[in-house]
Amino acid sequence: MRSVVIALVSSVVVVAALAVAVVTSPGWESVRSSFFDLDVAISAFPSVIAGLWVNIQVLFVAAAAVAVFGTGLAVLRSLRGPVFFPLRALAAGYTDLFRGMPLLIVLYLVGFGIPALGFFGRVPVVLWGTIAIVLTYSAYVAEVLRAGMEAVHPSQRVAARSLGLTHGQTLRIVVIPQGVRNVVPALMNDFVSMQKDVGLISVLGAVDAVRAAQIEVANTYNFTPYIVAGLLFVAMSLPMIRLTDWVSARLTRRQQNGGVV
Amino acid sequence: MSALTLTGVRKRFGDHDVLRGVDLVIEPHEVVVLIGASGSGKSTLLRTINLIERVDDGQIFLGGTDITDPGINPDRVRSRIGVVFQHFNLFPHLRVIDNITLAARRVHRQRPAAARARALELLETLGLAQKAREFPDRLSGGQQQRVAIVRAILTDPELLLLDEITSALDPQLVGEVLDLVRDLKRRGSTILMATHEMAFAREVADRIVFMHEGRILEQGTPEQVFDAPVHPETAAFLEREGRSRGA
Repeated sequence: MRSVVIALVSSVVVVAALAVAVVTSPGWESVRSSFFDLDVAISAFPSVIAGLWVNIQVLFVAAAAVAVFGTGLAVLRSLRGPVFFPLRALAAGYTDLFRGMPLLIVLYLVGFGIPALGFFGRVPVVLWGTIAIVLTYSAYVAEVLRAGMEAVHPSQRVAARSLGLTHGQTLRIVVIPQGVRNVVPALMNDFVSMQKDVGLISVLGAVDAVRAAQIEVANTYNFTPYIVAGLLFVAMSLPMIRLTDWVSARLTRRQQNGGVV
Repeated sequence: MSALTLTGVRKRFGDHDVLRGVDLVIEPHEVVVLIGASGSGKSTLLRTINLIERVDDGQIFLGGTDITDPGINPDRVRSRIGVVFQHFNLFPHLRVIDNITLAARRVHRQRPAAARARALELLETLGLAQKAREFPDRLSGGQQQRVAIVRAILTDPELLLLDEITSALDPQLVGEVLDLVRDLKRRGSTILMATHEMAFAREVADRIVFMHEGRILEQGTPEQVFDAPVHPETAAFLEREGRSRGA
């Protein structure tokens, strides 16, 4: 009880001090009117939230694609034996390349480069944006999954193969499910990170929340729509952030309790 | 025809010869117990039989099939052999019943309902039926090992390999696992087991095989090997085992 009071009081003091510092700053009046204008916020809200719906759609399509593609890459990287060297090397090269390259550059290359090849007809830019996000995030997720799969004790594979399961069945039924469980918090963290990175597709001209805010800013000469879009992104990610914390805490508790053996 | 025949089996890891030419024949319904010091090659021998390790030389016949033939499908061979491990190796993310019926469903393509019914019947005889829906970490070590044995025998394998199956258990849990092995012998299973439980080996074995530095040094009935060992190494090993058990 005492500690709660102390935490509360110290929080109030800190927040109040910060608020006073900001409000009494010499430029506060102009900042307030150009970033925190309620009327502009209200008028921008409908188009920004419509844009956010685009982000949400991209997010879920990309997450599903990353799950499939990332798992495939992780499996390729975990193949043993000299026969699979080319596949292993290809997968390793892929993850090196796309973990190193900034997402923004992948977006430009995919969004402007591939259409310029002229193979495809008119493809919506949202789709190119989604593909770029999938390419980059699959590399991250593949590495996380690979670490999770490698943490599954080899005796689990031996037990599965001893029952007569094939290599593929062993991966599918025994190794991947346990590997995913090992890295759930890290995977959820990647998902949270992806929730805001879907806003980057605006650079290709897709009218998402960020782009919609930009248009409103251009119309009103006021930056408030960016604050609206920013808060909406935070609101979108909060449930997942809380869920990640909860799951991590639960896993930690379980591990610290230990089992019967 | 023998259940299992090994001729001149050799295996080396790096520059270490683990198996230096092992010959062994096991008849159907026979219980053969491997004894020997740690590092004598017992576990490796068991692992070569279910093709977890490939032999460098020699042949292994399982019920007349040369399973060391490079053209053989190792998954098919393994599906004919039941294996139980020192550390149980149950799948922690699958419920007891799904652990037990996995091979029946996915390898032997039995109807899931039939596999479940047979699994529940076996669990019932062991007094573990109420654990069927639990995850393995909710069970004691002895219970887990008995579940692992049920998993190995559900599909009626022609050979059972038991690798130090009581070594990881608390002493008071060893009995319930050994009871189950006695039961398997009564039902006529063909068993090759490695163990340090000398009293149990004497009781349950039809034949004792003593391994030393990758070779079979001596074999015979429990009376012959335990009471009148021919080879000095055997006598020395039994002496050490006896002392370490405080016998």
